[in-house]
Amino acid sequence: MSPEAVETNLTPKDFTSDQEVRWCPGCGDYSILAQTKKALSELGVPREKLVFVSGIGCSSRFPYYLNSYGFHGIHGRAMAMASGIRLSDPSLSIWVITGDGDGLSIGGNHMLHTIRRNVDINILLFNNRIYGLTKGQYSPTSPLGKKTRSTPFGSIDFPLHPLSVAIGAEASFVARALDVNVKHLAYVLERAAHHRGTSFIEIYQNCLIFNDKAFEYAGGKDTKDDTTIYLEHNRPLVFGKNRDKGIRLNGTKPEIVQLDEGVKEDDLLFHDEKDPDATLAYLLSRMHYPDFPEPMGVFRAVDRPTYEDLMMDQVNSAIRSKGAGRLEDLFDDGETWTVE
Amino acid sequence: MSVTSAAEEASEQTFKVIEQDEVVVRFAGDSGDGMQLAGTQMTNTSAIFGNEVSTMPDYPAEIRAPAGTVAGVSGFQLHFSSRPLRTPGDRLDALVAMNPAALEANIADLEKGGILIVNEDAFTKNNLKKAGLQSNPLEDDSLREYRVHRIPIEKLNGEACKDTGLTPRAAGRCKNFFALGVVYWLFDRPLEPTLRWIEEKFGTMPAVLDANTKALKAGYYFGETAEMFRSRYTIPKAKLPPGTYRKVSGNQAAAIGLITAARLAGKPLFYGTYPITPASDILHDLSRYKNYDVRTFQAEDEIAAMIAVIGAAYAGAFAATGTSGPGVALKSEGMGLAVMTELPLVVINVQRGGPSTGLPTKTEQADLNQAILGRNGEAPICVLAAASPADCFATVLEAFRIAVRYMTPVMVMSDGYLANGAEAWRIPSVDELPRFEIHHPEAGDEFQPYARNEDLARPWALPGTPGLEHRIGGLEKKDVTGEVCYEPQNHQLMCELRQAKIRKIAETIPPLEVFGEGSGELLVVGWGSTYGSITSAVESCQARGVSVSSVHLRHLEPMPPDLGDILRRFKRVLVPELNLGQLLHRIRSEYLIDAIGFHKIQGKPFMVSEIENKIQELVNGKDES
Repeated sequence: MSPEAVETNLTPKDFTSDQEVRWCPGCGDYSILAQTKKALSELGVPREKLVFVSGIGCSSRFPYYLNSYGFHGIHGRAMAMASGIRLSDPSLSIWVITGDGDGLSIGGNHMLHTIRRNVDINILLFNNRIYGLTKGQYSPTSPLGKKTRSTPFGSIDFPLHPLSVAIGAEASFVARALDVNVKHLAYVLERAAHHRGTSFIEIYQNCLIFNDKAFEYAGGKDTKDDTTIYLEHNRPLVFGKNRDKGIRLNGTKPEIVQLDEGVKEDDLLFHDEKDPDATLAYLLSRMHYPDFPEPMGVFRAVDRPTYEDLMMDQVNSAIRSKGAGRLEDLFDDGETWTVE
Repeated sequence: MSVTSAAEEASEQTFKVIEQDEVVVRFAGDSGDGMQLAGTQMTNTSAIFGNEVSTMPDYPAEIRAPAGTVAGVSGFQLHFSSRPLRTPGDRLDALVAMNPAALEANIADLEKGGILIVNEDAFTKNNLKKAGLQSNPLEDDSLREYRVHRIPIEKLNGEACKDTGLTPRAAGRCKNFFALGVVYWLFDRPLEPTLRWIEEKFGTMPAVLDANTKALKAGYYFGETAEMFRSRYTIPKAKLPPGTYRKVSGNQAAAIGLITAARLAGKPLFYGTYPITPASDILHDLSRYKNYDVRTFQAEDEIAAMIAVIGAAYAGAFAATGTSGPGVALKSEGMGLAVMTELPLVVINVQRGGPSTGLPTKTEQADLNQAILGRNGEAPICVLAAASPADCFATVLEAFRIAVRYMTPVMVMSDGYLANGAEAWRIPSVDELPRFEIHHPEAGDEFQPYARNEDLARPWALPGTPGLEHRIGGLEKKDVTGEVCYEPQNHQLMCELRQAKIRKIAETIPPLEVFGEGSGELLVVGWGSTYGSITSAVESCQARGVSVSSVHLRHLEPMPPDLGDILRRFKRVLVPELNLGQLLHRIRSEYLIDAIGFHKIQGKPFMVSEIENKIQELVNGKDES
């Protein structure tokens, strides 16, 4: 986030645009839109300072439905667009809306490099593990063997894990949220908004039409306590309906343990989102259902200079040492000679 | 014009100083031999001395191809004169060959009777083999038509540098300056500019400074004392319009043009790009000028560079990218987005030999169709072409004027020949350059994202402006309001509006200047970097009484409004291009004129003589009929 927080008196309704929302009824995107409006209204950033940028796909229609500045770009390139906007005007608050196809397949390259540069933007990756807008082909996050319209015999593409990729690309802020857990989603969005640098959030999002119930384990009333673990900074990794299970490190490997007389909370793995070393965050990103509860929340939030700060430092220090450039000096740079 | 012939010189017993109008010299050696540097130094020296200069470097695509092979030969050609110059010259008056491969690769371009300086130390059995030569050309009489000067450059250079403290190997690197010294003497060039350069460059390395100074002077004095040359040449100063000059290459001029445009508008310059030959030097140059609020962004690929530029333009910067044909191919979808969102930006295409990776370091004009047509859908953009290295400055400046006035992407066509070639540039007075008047709608203004002014341009509303929040993107937009719109009639209207806007740019194009008579037998039409060769060829034919004129196009899309009339005033039209007829087809289809093409696609510019011969052939052919 860049603009200084001010009193805006905005409500979520102020962010509703005049466009009719055209996602399928029951789509997880509705919930994300609602929580985003809520988070924005509490951010203290004036509406005109917000720019939503997207690529192509169901998620990428998002900017049309928000009454802020919006740019609906082309497939996979939203990160590059956001970078250009940011480097041109560092006073804006920029949000990229992308999906598992847009951001990890066609736009995978831009995702890596934007994160590595730490351009100060917020990337919300809606992961529904399917291609929706092209009507149901498998995506880079679809599980092996997934039967879709383009893989009637099951997918033979090994899936990638978005948070592992982001951490591998040196992300300074990495988080995960779930479309139906609205309160937690709002919390994660707010954390991302306040982080300086690239914030990468994977949002599990249900596609009712082509991949329904893909994340039912994580949101189902009866299952969620055992299949997810909500991360808290400096707190032990405890989960379960009765909060009686935890994650302990056995050498370099995590294991699920029962809390009892023999195992205390102090024996568990403690979460440290500020650890400069990304090993722990990466380890958490490798915990997957059904072998482990899947971590939700902020995996990593560390300080690192942003690309635009470094860029403007160079510009400003050149101006300080050489003076603001004059065209006369530019033209005369190098050897000149005069003809009378 | 060639220097005095061998036969003439042989008859002279006494030493003579001969005044010449112009000379073409080429330095050729291994790509590690410092030939580009030697050529550049002689160019600077000649320019400062007061000659007109025009240059053409020629280097291999490999950074260090195997030493001694023909593939690894690097050359630098300099044309300097006391008269106005338009090209680096067709044929060489003098050639410096540092090894057998350099001789083999360049000898065909030397005029019969021309001066050949060879580094005879390099003509070893091994080097002859590497150059693929069966026998030693210095001994087999194959060079009898040239005035051969065999100089043991390596040995003499080693002697000159022996007390400098450098190792023999390090001292050997000065041999280009020894050769340069010889040539300086031969063409009566002052040593001071290069001595000054050596001092600035190597001030902190006394031994290197000393060695280079000694090598240059030793070469110069060798020319004077060895009595090898029976004549020496002077080339008087040219009569240039008064003013302050500097030497610029096309890429330098483009970089200066970009910064100038942004400064004249009081905007930051955003240059997003991905390294590609022969465009990368624009990035290198710009990245040095950060105190002009130049923001360079080396993106992860061509696509990201293009899209970042769109983002930067959207947020209000003067935004540009530079690339070559393969990069333009990758940027095409992005340019379509810029057409749809009607944002002002400049794409510089420094063309090279294609298709695919093609000939990365060689020149060509085969991307014209790509520039004008190479996008999906009806996606017109404005296309301009620079005519000479220094003209890249004016062309880039005009591109930005059109981009911001009409809210459109503009492509500037340069090529390898312009990008790396150099000429003298008369430095403009800053006060002569009109400022850019940019209007951004403000809070409280009546605003519709796709409302249009009298130029059919939409408003350039910047994010951050209170009350103007709106959405744009690649989906078709409703006229005026800019909402997403799939209505059939609206799509046709918007396609026609975008087309009409580009056509309207023609209203700003000044009348074409016809070189020669306004009507006659033959009109030669060219575009881009062929300006020099075409104009010189036409001028030479006119001097012989041939009824021929020429017209040169800077504006390729839209075309100048008076072009059709001019074409029709001539009985025949010839279109020489470094491609297989891309402008030709455009002229034929647009004006229904049976124009004749002349195509060269060899990675090299036209020689003046090639065009002259073609003109003559057409004129003779007509005479015979």
